[in-house]
Amino acid sequence: MRGEIRFLLDDAPRRLTQFDPTMTVLDYLRQTEQLTGTKEGCNEGDCGACTVVLAKPENGRLRYQAVNACIQFLGTLDGCQLITVEHLAKEGRLHPVQQAMVDLHGSQCGFCTPGFVMSLFAMTRDHEVAPDEATIDDVLAGNLCRCTGYAPIARAAKSAYDLNPRADSFAAGEAATLEKLEALRDDETIALGGAGGRRFFAPATLDDLAALYEEHPEATLSAGSTDVGLWVTKQMQRPATLIYTGRVAELARIEETAGAVEIGAGATYSAALALLARHYPDMGEVIRRIGSVQIRNTGTIGGNIANGSPIGDSPPLLIAAGASLQLRKGSVRRSLPLEDFFLDYGKQDRAPGELVERVTLPLPEAGSIFRAYKISKRFDQDITAALGVFNLKIEGGVVAAARIAYGGMAATPKRAARAEAALLGQPWNEATVARAMAALEDDFQPLTDWRASAAYRMKVAQNLLRRCFIETTAPDSATRLAGAALEELGRVAG
Amino acid sequence: MAGIKADVIRGGVQTPQRHDSGHKHVAGAAAYADDLVEPQGLLHVCLGLSSHAHARLKKVDLDPVRRAEGVHLVLTAADIPGVNDISPTHLHDEPILAEDEVHYAGQPIFAVAAETREQARFAARLAAIDYEPLPAVLSYEEARAAGKLVTEPMTLARGDAKAALEKAPRRLAGQMNLGGQEHFYLESQIALAYPGEDDEVTVICSTQHPTEIQTMVAGALGVPANAVTSQVRRMGGAFGGKETQGNLFAAVAALVAKKTGRAAKLRPDRDDDMVITGKRHDFLIDYEVGFDDEGRILAVDMNYAARCGWSADLSGPVTDRTLFHADNCYYFPEVRLTSEPLRTNTCSHTAFRGFGGPQGMVGGERVIEEIAFALGKDPLEIRKLNLYGPGRDITPYHQQVEDNIAPEIIAKLEADCDYAKRREEIRQFNKASPVIKRGIALTPVKFGISFTLTAYNQAGALVHIYRDGSVHLNHGGTEMGQGLYTKVAQVVAEAFQVDIDKVKITATSTGKVPNTSATAASSGSDINGMAALNACTAIKARLVDFAAENWEVPREQVEFLPGRVRVGNQEVDFPDFVNAAYMARVSLSSTGFYKTPKIHWDRAAGKGRPFYYYSYGAAATEVAVDTLTGEYRVVRVDILHDVGESLNPALDIGQIEGGFVQGMGWLTTEELWWDDKGQLRTHAPSTYKIPACGDRPRIFNVDLVQDSPNREETIFRSKAVGEPPLMLAISVLQALSDAIASVADYRLCPRLDAPATPERVLMTVERLQREAAELEGKVA
Repeated sequence: MRGEIRFLLDDAPRRLTQFDPTMTVLDYLRQTEQLTGTKEGCNEGDCGACTVVLAKPENGRLRYQAVNACIQFLGTLDGCQLITVEHLAKEGRLHPVQQAMVDLHGSQCGFCTPGFVMSLFAMTRDHEVAPDEATIDDVLAGNLCRCTGYAPIARAAKSAYDLNPRADSFAAGEAATLEKLEALRDDETIALGGAGGRRFFAPATLDDLAALYEEHPEATLSAGSTDVGLWVTKQMQRPATLIYTGRVAELARIEETAGAVEIGAGATYSAALALLARHYPDMGEVIRRIGSVQIRNTGTIGGNIANGSPIGDSPPLLIAAGASLQLRKGSVRRSLPLEDFFLDYGKQDRAPGELVERVTLPLPEAGSIFRAYKISKRFDQDITAALGVFNLKIEGGVVAAARIAYGGMAATPKRAARAEAALLGQPWNEATVARAMAALEDDFQPLTDWRASAAYRMKVAQNLLRRCFIETTAPDSATRLAGAALEELGRVAG
Repeated sequence: MAGIKADVIRGGVQTPQRHDSGHKHVAGAAAYADDLVEPQGLLHVCLGLSSHAHARLKKVDLDPVRRAEGVHLVLTAADIPGVNDISPTHLHDEPILAEDEVHYAGQPIFAVAAETREQARFAARLAAIDYEPLPAVLSYEEARAAGKLVTEPMTLARGDAKAALEKAPRRLAGQMNLGGQEHFYLESQIALAYPGEDDEVTVICSTQHPTEIQTMVAGALGVPANAVTSQVRRMGGAFGGKETQGNLFAAVAALVAKKTGRAAKLRPDRDDDMVITGKRHDFLIDYEVGFDDEGRILAVDMNYAARCGWSADLSGPVTDRTLFHADNCYYFPEVRLTSEPLRTNTCSHTAFRGFGGPQGMVGGERVIEEIAFALGKDPLEIRKLNLYGPGRDITPYHQQVEDNIAPEIIAKLEADCDYAKRREEIRQFNKASPVIKRGIALTPVKFGISFTLTAYNQAGALVHIYRDGSVHLNHGGTEMGQGLYTKVAQVVAEAFQVDIDKVKITATSTGKVPNTSATAASSGSDINGMAALNACTAIKARLVDFAAENWEVPREQVEFLPGRVRVGNQEVDFPDFVNAAYMARVSLSSTGFYKTPKIHWDRAAGKGRPFYYYSYGAAATEVAVDTLTGEYRVVRVDILHDVGESLNPALDIGQIEGGFVQGMGWLTTEELWWDDKGQLRTHAPSTYKIPACGDRPRIFNVDLVQDSPNREETIFRSKAVGEPPLMLAISVLQALSDAIASVADYRLCPRLDAPATPERVLMTVERLQREAAELEGKVA
């Protein structure tokens, strides 16, 4: 057991033995460190004004990632270098990303600017050359600006590369920082007592995590805190015991086996994205549209499953692909098909002290069709109104297999059993699709809320099946407003 | 007089200067109110809000709040020593804290001050409030049935619209629903109050209107205005949302500070901010238009009903401006326009960039679109046919349009963006593309510049020169990101011919420049720039007199050159020159004052010249719509906008790009959604969707109209730029409509309401397909 957390604030070591377990990194920076450059815009991880960068050792290098300080708990900094907007300029000289933002008029009111600067700084770690427009949109999807309309910021993102942004003090100091961070690392479970008897645990091994959770079934498990963070900042919940899973390397493992991908529950969306996109391109695109870079850098697929939200995007994707879930309580493991995990609204098949350990995602069968479409009010960084996922096998013009799952259409992520039945064994044609579309009305009775009306949800859910049909039968028809199709629209317009 | 003399100063007018704080923004070194070093013993305040849209307060038990950890003070209406009112139009309809009744869900009932912000937030949740629910007025129908207006409606009329409509060869009528908009300034509301001696208090507040903060705080405390100083260096965005909406937070912070003798800070959480504060008004627009077979408008009759919320706030002037802009760039020969400012049990809607004008203009553009579809013509053709022109240049409010450049702007943009060819190409594309449909629209903007409350069209400035030649600048305008401070500093640098870095820009303070107007109505640089120039001119006159006397030269031989002053045959460096003036006991400080000439307005008669001049612009937007889902993307935007002789082209282009995207958000993804209990359910960025980076038009060409000085004598012949570009985004709504129209082969006007969310787009597609099928049925 270790009674402190240790991290680097830029270059300066910090060791904390006493703190409120749910104190956010943002409050710590602004109130304790008096570093007020990092701003609070929304306190829920949506606006990005609080963006900071965490550097962590990974395969002998430092991996730099933008995160939202407003929903990250202080204890999650253990073993990291925390870099804020105050740390970029060195010796009185602005960092190239800062200079480009100044030169190209990338700030107006300036309040969102520190967050943009940090996202751009992280971008320069991931991209050796100036990225294309779509990548810039993705890199900045988690930073809202209300003044500029983003145009000058996108220009700055490119022009920063004229100023050699990767040859900076962080690059020069990488080896030294790595050494300092490696020295902080151990396999001890961090155990801290906070005010009012509240406790913070951060185990480093899977066995310790499982044992700890079995011992403290009342504890709140937190991985990326992209959800738990809001319980704290918005609902004012103060869990008595918080167990942070982010130090457990085994839990974050992603492995490709013969016929499947094994995704540890602690794997972040960012970590899983490339591999999933390779096997299931549409799954990749939906995951790319979950939250923002900042959210995907901490949020985990396991967390998305475990909290059982009916509008979480991973479950329908994984259910349609036929994934199974492995749970673990102490040393006892069990598996079940993912779709069986979701019992009712807010209710999952998980015992107290039992944790989600991993998801097994079968690789696509040869010749199968996998399509996933996310519908939201805003294209990027928005919560789903309806998500339709179609995993079909068409043999000799007949539907030989169908797994269809929807999000946002019911109290849980759910398969469209009647629509599947309407398709199975039928010719893959207009008439069959029309019957399956009608059957969706028996499968789902969606709700009306601020994201969409029940009528729209149903209509769009039906039309997504039609889109899938058009894409498979008339592949030359334009059906999407993203990716290459969007680039083409721009080309013909301009 | 050593060294090489500069030919030109750094940072003069009409140069693309960077924002004065840019280098601080990017380094996290620009301090906003919440970043200031906190005084010892600072208390943090949280408001306790009504959970009902309309209710009588039967019992308010705040003992649990008082007993909570860290709590120092609980404040209710009964504790207010002065007046419990912050109505900006002095209608006395807006209590700071509710008394016996609550009028909207989110209305503040009490405030709690505690040692930490977290303690205050926890304590505020502990109140036990017993409500007696009363009927809540939420919809237009309910509001009309209840029959309450928050303020006097207005009518603008010329000729006999009714008779002309009856005589018109063609006539149509319709209705449009137009949603409101949350400001979503990134920095939420905040006030920080420091108690002073006797009755004094200083309030640092994120506000566009420091004088109003001063007035409201003085009123709440029951002290004279001279006891209150209100100050703001910069805001993290405002957009009209900090014109009156800061009053509540400032008044409560000041009350807590004076009650406790400790500094007090009130910074609401984002969700509280969005629930409490007012937004852009939503409108229900009824229109009737008479026109001829070519599409020339003969008569217009429109009613603009707004859901104003529970109090008047600025709804009177906002809905007035709606009517002022219903005509946009078009001549209405016979016209009647009426406003209907309805009272509802929702937050009190307020100023937002454009101040009602955008809603007026969207309605006017809908009318144009209707005529075009009725005649089977391109809406652009109808627009051009109806533009103001010689002999047809009187507005519905009887002001003559003297500076009309809309026809030239439209013609140039139409040619530059290849509108006609692209429109034809899009129609061909749509024929071959069953799912994805493209659309294009070109819409103009004419926006009237001046506060319609004539008294607001005044400004003051204060300029000092110190003995070392450095300049201290202060004025009544506030900096919310638009670059006003930079522009006014450029004016001062130009006036004295010193480099801009010699001009220290200082926080707006009611103690330095009194009786300021809100930084609003796009007027900031027009009026504050002139006031600062007048201050400089007064000092320069003294300096010229001094130089003429001291060096015994005629006054004409004293000239301000870059960094120096030519006096007869010699040149004196500026610092030496001003120090010599100081030694000769010349005052190096002056106030400056400006009032906008020519304007007058008789609201009761609906006649006058409310606007000094107009700003113009036009935008052409191309979109692509997915007719299976209603999703869409803005593919290309071309803008040509008029800023006169730009004071700062870089900042002006920034205003245009930013204003356009903000307007696009209003008309597309930004949807305010209240449930049937009157609770706002889109109260955070997770549920309220302003444009993200990926929503920016990938092709985004923005040009300023060249060689087009303001015909009026504005500051260096520039034009206001804050609000007008927002309305360029009407082209997005119209382009979406054009794309949707393709599903009915352009025979039916889509009547697309706003915000045009994917849902609204898909539902409009579906309706149009049904209507087209019915039409086919009839024909068959």
